[in-house]
Amino acid sequence: MEYTVLILLLPFLSFILIGLLGTKLKPVAAGAFGTVVTGAVALLSYWTAFSFFGAGRNADGVYQTQIPWNAEWLPFGDSLHIDLGILLDPISVMMLVVISTVSFMVHIYSFGYMKGETGFQRYYSFLSLFTMSMLGLVVATNIFQMYIFWELVGVSSYLLIGFYYTKKEAVAASKKAFIVTRFADLGFLIGILIYGFYTGSFSFTPDSEVIGTAKVFLPLALGLMFIGGAGKSAMFPLHIWLPDAMEGPTPVSALIHAATMVVAGVYLVARMFPLFIGYAPEVLHVTAYVGAFTALYAAVVACVQSDIKRVLAFSTISQIGFMIVSLGVCTSADPHAGGLGYMASMFHLFTHAMFKALLFLGAGCIIHAVHSNEMSAMGGLRKYMPVTHVTFLVACLAIAGIWPLSGFFSKDEILAACFDFSPIMGWVMTFIAGLTAFYMFRLYYNIFWGRENKELHAEHKPHEAPLTMTVPLIFLALVTLAAGWIPFGEFVSSNGQAYHIHIDWSVAAVSLCVAAAGIALATWMYLREDRKVADSLATRFSGLHKAAYHRFYIDEIYQFITHRIIFACISTPIAWFDRHVVDGFMNLLAWISNKASWLIRGMQSGYVQRYGIWFLGGALGLTIVLLLI
Amino acid sequence: MVQMEYYLIVSTIMMFVGIYGFLTRRNLLAMLISVELILNSVDINFVVFNRFLFPGQLEGFFFSLFAIGISAAETAVAIAIIINIYRNMRNIQVKNLNKLKW
Amino acid sequence: MSITLDLIVFIVLALFIVASSILAVTTKRILRAATYLLFVLIGTAGIYFQLNYSFLGAVQLLVYAGGITVLYVFSILLTSSEGDQAEKLKKGKFFAGLIATLAALGICLFVMLKHKFLSPVFEHGELPVKEIGMALMSTEKYGYVLPFEVISILLLACIIGGIMIARKR
Repeated sequence: MEYTVLILLLPFLSFILIGLLGTKLKPVAAGAFGTVVTGAVALLSYWTAFSFFGAGRNADGVYQTQIPWNAEWLPFGDSLHIDLGILLDPISVMMLVVISTVSFMVHIYSFGYMKGETGFQRYYSFLSLFTMSMLGLVVATNIFQMYIFWELVGVSSYLLIGFYYTKKEAVAASKKAFIVTRFADLGFLIGILIYGFYTGSFSFTPDSEVIGTAKVFLPLALGLMFIGGAGKSAMFPLHIWLPDAMEGPTPVSALIHAATMVVAGVYLVARMFPLFIGYAPEVLHVTAYVGAFTALYAAVVACVQSDIKRVLAFSTISQIGFMIVSLGVCTSADPHAGGLGYMASMFHLFTHAMFKALLFLGAGCIIHAVHSNEMSAMGGLRKYMPVTHVTFLVACLAIAGIWPLSGFFSKDEILAACFDFSPIMGWVMTFIAGLTAFYMFRLYYNIFWGRENKELHAEHKPHEAPLTMTVPLIFLALVTLAAGWIPFGEFVSSNGQAYHIHIDWSVAAVSLCVAAAGIALATWMYLREDRKVADSLATRFSGLHKAAYHRFYIDEIYQFITHRIIFACISTPIAWFDRHVVDGFMNLLAWISNKASWLIRGMQSGYVQRYGIWFLGGALGLTIVLLLI
Repeated sequence: MVQMEYYLIVSTIMMFVGIYGFLTRRNLLAMLISVELILNSVDINFVVFNRFLFPGQLEGFFFSLFAIGISAAETAVAIAIIINIYRNMRNIQVKNLNKLKW
Repeated sequence: MSITLDLIVFIVLALFIVASSILAVTTKRILRAATYLLFVLIGTAGIYFQLNYSFLGAVQLLVYAGGITVLYVFSILLTSSEGDQAEKLKKGKFFAGLIATLAALGICLFVMLKHKFLSPVFEHGELPVKEIGMALMSTEKYGYVLPFEVISILLLACIIGGIMIARKR
């Protein structure tokens, strides 16, 4: 399966070509080239998946992990070396399919969405870079390669958020995203170094006898790695960059900040899952609590936001919280006894990528039509854009967890895993699932029903998006409809054995009821034009509403901590020290040499014979010194 | 036969006479003549060492031979430069050539 | 130490060389300085002859005395007007140069005379020109074809450089 190398090389080639040729290339040519390459990558990924799973299970009943290509790159010792390679196992193959599919759809969609933008070529070149790095991340054979591509992903995310670099908010958002994730990656790096130091390898599966000595430090290393994952996956309190990242073009939000990059943290935990389960289960449970809190927090905030992309951003954070919780509640590697969450998390990752990409692309169509992100500019759009309306509805139903859409199946498994862990966790997550249904349908009604902004729509009539944009929508909607019926457990499970998904109807009934209640509440509050109930609730609980609208002032707290405490109390004295003491010392040296050179510059008389005398004197002095020694 | 040191004394004196000339003459050509003296004294040394200390070999001999060639080249270039200076300044007194300071 | 013909010849040559070189750097007229330089070079050639290096002496006469000195004379005639004399040295400069030179000379002579050389042997006998030619063109060990070629290139570079520098713009 050596051809898998092409999966990485092709987008890289496309990045280099489009990036170097730049504006010499016609926008259409650049876009077409990038799209064709990504299409080829998608086909290769499907073929890889087909042959990987088609090869069947080996004698142990698991799919044989394959490393079709591996190059030792940077050796430090016998076992400690950084490799570059390609690792194929169930989750990496699953991620290959997800990433290449969404990326391909986004490439097509961007044709319509980015039409006529300046920097069209740059956009496609960055998309290729991102695709390459994300694919490299998931097929990494060792944790350091993962880290390398992890940072590449961060860079491409930075570049794409700041795509509209003339816009102040976009620049600030890109910087924020980069700094926050970099800060978290510091934890990741330290974790990797501790891991490498004590186990003597960067491998995902170190020898068990080596682990024996490193046992004490593994929880620390894994916890630090999770901080890196939390940064990328926008876990509380490192989530602050993701809502701002919506300043980037909407297809980018769909690809990077909803479907693929932000699940890198989930993927990281899943990748390290055997170590987590084996040596640091308590750290794993901590991640569950972090994930649960994040999910709850983000769901509450999502209920009151007015910018549709921000609603989707918070919903993404919340759903990633679900995935992390699902991984965190695992207590063993056996899917029949406490290890169900692993499969559920990966399943939800898969389905979520599809319907969240669909939601973002749909939001992109809407923004394209009304030229605004605010709900106040929308309302009643179902008349104008039927395709977007239907596909958006499908995605909303999926994320709300309505049978028989894909979200129902994966969310049901997650809730079952949570109830296995503890009833409290189960009920909390069920409640959040209900909130999810509520805020998604609030969004849906506010966009397509409800109070229409008639003046704006009269002035500029909303129109259905062009074909390049609707085709990906329809495709993703079909995937969302069908993905639930994939026997996911047959492919991916915590110990690699086949796991037959069976719906736990007691859990499913509860979650269906809660979802239906959320939808009903949203319908009651937002379907009609007057929205009396919603407005009165907002005024009655104005404090809570305002706090939630301002995301519970987390950004302000960050501002306070960074500006008032770190900048004022630590950075300012250091800056003073740097400017006056360190620089002062350097300036003193410069001043001394300046003065000294004024003193001795008379020696540089320009008369060659005077130089001759100096030279002779020097040679003489040297001779005398040598004689005396 | 003549002792080797005698030759060396002669060449040393010649060398320092050349250095003295280099330090005190004010005319570029006169300085160049002094440089020739220095070079010549070194040539003598090489030849003498070769003849007295390593009679079977030819290194010193050839070194002198090549040094003569090189000094011819050096003189040609130096005189070209001096003529160019003369053309520009109508003068080849070294005290006027102090543009290369500070 | 008996006074041999060799020694007498050497003393004559040595006195001639030293006197000429001192005159070359002290005379006021630059053309005379060039003439004294010619004498020094001829004296040096005499030393080479005395050391039985006739070929080297011939080269010295040809290149130095015949070629370089003529070059000097031409350039002096080009750059100096008639009756051009070196201006008188200032006392300070004169003494600075003289003292520095004498000190260096003293130290050098001291070092040289104190140093124990390998035991000098003098073998009479002319160095045949054929041997020189073979060594000059030989590519084996102790062959000098590489420096020979390098010198050729250097001379070529000097010809071009000399023309470039001296030509009228």
